[in-house]
Amino acid sequence: MTDRALALQFLQSVLVLAGAPLLAGWVEQCRAWLGNRRGAGPLQPYRVLRKLWRKELVVAHGASWVFRGAPYVLVAAMIIAGSIVPLLAPILPLAPAADAIALVGVFALARMVSALAAMDIGTAFGSMGARREMLIGFLAEPALLMVLFTPALISHSTSLAAIVRQLAATHLLLYPSMAFAASAYVMVLLAENARLPVDNPDTHLELTMIHGALHLEYTGRHLALIEWAAAIKLVTYMAIGIALFLPWGMSATGSLSGIAFATGLLAMKMTAAGAALAFIETLLAKLRLFRVPEFLGTAFMVAVLGILVHFLLGT
Amino acid sequence: MPKTPWSHMRLTRLAGPLPAWQGLVDHAGWRAACARCQADGGRLVSLWGTDARHAAQGFLIHALLAWTDRLIWLTTRAGDASPHYPDVSDIFPATAREQRATADLLGLTCGSADARPWLRHDAWSAADFPLREDFTTATAADAKPYPFLRVAGDGVHEIPVGPIHAGIIEPGHFHFSVVGDDVLRLEAHLGYAHKGVEKAFGSLSLADGSRLAGRICGDSTVAYTLAYVMAVEALDGYTVPPRAQALRALLLERERIANHLGDIGALCGDGGLAFGQAQFGLLKEHWLQTHQKLFGHRYLMDTITVGGMACDLSEADGVAMTAQCRELAGALRALEEIVNDHAGLQERFLGTGTLTAEQVERYNGVGLIARAAGVGRDMRLEFPHAPYADLPVQDTRRPEGDVAARVALRFAEMHASLELVRHLLAALPDGPLASHCATTRHTRALGGAEGWRGEIFVAIERHAADGSHRVHVHDPSWQNWPLLELAATDGLIPDFPLINKSFNLAYSGHDL
Repeated sequence: MTDRALALQFLQSVLVLAGAPLLAGWVEQCRAWLGNRRGAGPLQPYRVLRKLWRKELVVAHGASWVFRGAPYVLVAAMIIAGSIVPLLAPILPLAPAADAIALVGVFALARMVSALAAMDIGTAFGSMGARREMLIGFLAEPALLMVLFTPALISHSTSLAAIVRQLAATHLLLYPSMAFAASAYVMVLLAENARLPVDNPDTHLELTMIHGALHLEYTGRHLALIEWAAAIKLVTYMAIGIALFLPWGMSATGSLSGIAFATGLLAMKMTAAGAALAFIETLLAKLRLFRVPEFLGTAFMVAVLGILVHFLLGT
Repeated sequence: MPKTPWSHMRLTRLAGPLPAWQGLVDHAGWRAACARCQADGGRLVSLWGTDARHAAQGFLIHALLAWTDRLIWLTTRAGDASPHYPDVSDIFPATAREQRATADLLGLTCGSADARPWLRHDAWSAADFPLREDFTTATAADAKPYPFLRVAGDGVHEIPVGPIHAGIIEPGHFHFSVVGDDVLRLEAHLGYAHKGVEKAFGSLSLADGSRLAGRICGDSTVAYTLAYVMAVEALDGYTVPPRAQALRALLLERERIANHLGDIGALCGDGGLAFGQAQFGLLKEHWLQTHQKLFGHRYLMDTITVGGMACDLSEADGVAMTAQCRELAGALRALEEIVNDHAGLQERFLGTGTLTAEQVERYNGVGLIARAAGVGRDMRLEFPHAPYADLPVQDTRRPEGDVAARVALRFAEMHASLELVRHLLAALPDGPLASHCATTRHTRALGGAEGWRGEIFVAIERHAADGSHRVHVHDPSWQNWPLLELAATDGLIPDFPLINKSFNLAYSGHDL
């Protein structure tokens, strides 16, 4: 493990943690523009986080350590996830800590803690949100695994670093199977990050919420941590998508010029991905809850098709 | 001469522009009249009580019946010592809540099975009756949980929602009994916005009351003020000049358009289509800014006064408004196409929260909720007053009864209202804006207007002895709240906000 790799790891973690609210703000800004609104600017999430951080913490009666501890577990899980996905160069020292399958497990851990915390305080909305979140989780996770299997089969490894090395090396070679995987991945990304058409991140209607209902009772710095974790999760999902489907431009060795180039390119990719997400969300309305299993079932089937295509066409 | 259904009752015509009659019956006649009215396809519009002990008549109970082409204000005596009257909620089920409210406010009982309080929460005790004339101050009551009807069974649980919501909306409590996300039963509990409006009318002069009427329900201020001043004008025999009548109808239609724009935008937003919300929000904002510019108030408060109008419209402004109407109609057609062609949004709207015409008839549903389920309830067509009698009011009914129908109906009504506005502007009569000569002094009068939610009625009774008066105000939401419960039943919990928004019923107007 070289100093350069350590420095790169540090740079990536800082980028992900500090830049996550910016991406969330950028998506919101694009949504505002697409909806003919002026928008609050891409820096708004930072202001929200600062406001929440300063606010008084109100904890529900009867809340146990599960409720109090969950925001910290959430943020920790997202920091781990954000630190192992190769963003700039596939030489992260932390990357061997978890492969693609363990990454799915990290997300599952965060989801489980959220659901437990929501049920801990015993309000109707908390358990309703927990129920719906688990419904989406148990449908989205298999689809996500199927998505990850296609690149894993191509590169004969479930390690994200190995996958990226293999895919980035084959310059602009298109795998038909990856097109299926990418489509399925977008659907999973929408569902996992509580975006339209699965969940409406803007809604104030407590009865329709999924992700929002889970965290309805959180206030102050707890809520700030949860919002931050959600932003990191979005940026991590974007990063996984970029690493799997648009890995070109990453620095193979981690040279200074290579990292600088990769950082600039990543910023452009993230900007484009954020705008694309906003575009998708602007076009779609929210699905009725009982359509969500169909939506995620489709994602699963498309991902499986990707694997089949991989076997049919070979590599 | 054919025998009319009400020929056995001694009815007298009430003054005013509405085809209204009044009559006094005994308890047997009360039930018989309701049953006969129901059998004839009529409906009970409103039920309320008054304290007439000053005239040695004890308490009176009143019902407004819409019976074929007449409005009949029926009264029966409830007695003095332990006042009671016959229950008619078996004939008109939507009346149950008005009967419960009458018990809360006046202590008149009817012996119906559901004796729970309705408007009375903890602000006054069960021994206090705010609308009685000898009521002074309330004694605070102990907070008691409201006994909701329980749904029992395996896996049934309850979700209480409100009265404080995650968004900034009016207070109302919704009690869901669900299995998973399926709604088995919804029971609403209202009354959180009760502020003693009917009592407050008593301390105002009849002329000042129009300002209070305009503040009962801010989004229907024109309709409420119009219904109120219509009653006062009938009471005192004003002759409203034709120009004022035309301008009133103009404002009523503009108010309808403003609310429909906001509602469709909000429905798009609730469906997750932020684009639609922004576009309709923009159109509504321009519309309201025109109100501010031409009439001095964004929501048109206090533009209508007893006897006429407080504002006028210049010829140039009228021309500009005609152009604005044409522009809005074009913008609406474009947006309607987007909304109709958006598969995701239509999937949310179609088949969600369906009401049948039978349900609407059974619960005497009114207004756009009834029209969207194929039941023609529109005061402008049923009981037209000037200037509607001479206007081409369209029948906008749709048979489907779901959220999509309520959206489509709003579009159709906006086009129809724009047409009416253009008609009114094209032939705006000249002449004075108001008349201030009272010619008669009747003791009872009725006013009504088709607000954007439905028919709003105001009944005023003046006491001959001291000139004091009692005002009763009726909001269409009394009939439509029970229908919302029916529309939500057997649906999904996450669809409820959409169904609720498609009804958009009044809290303030209902709770009074």
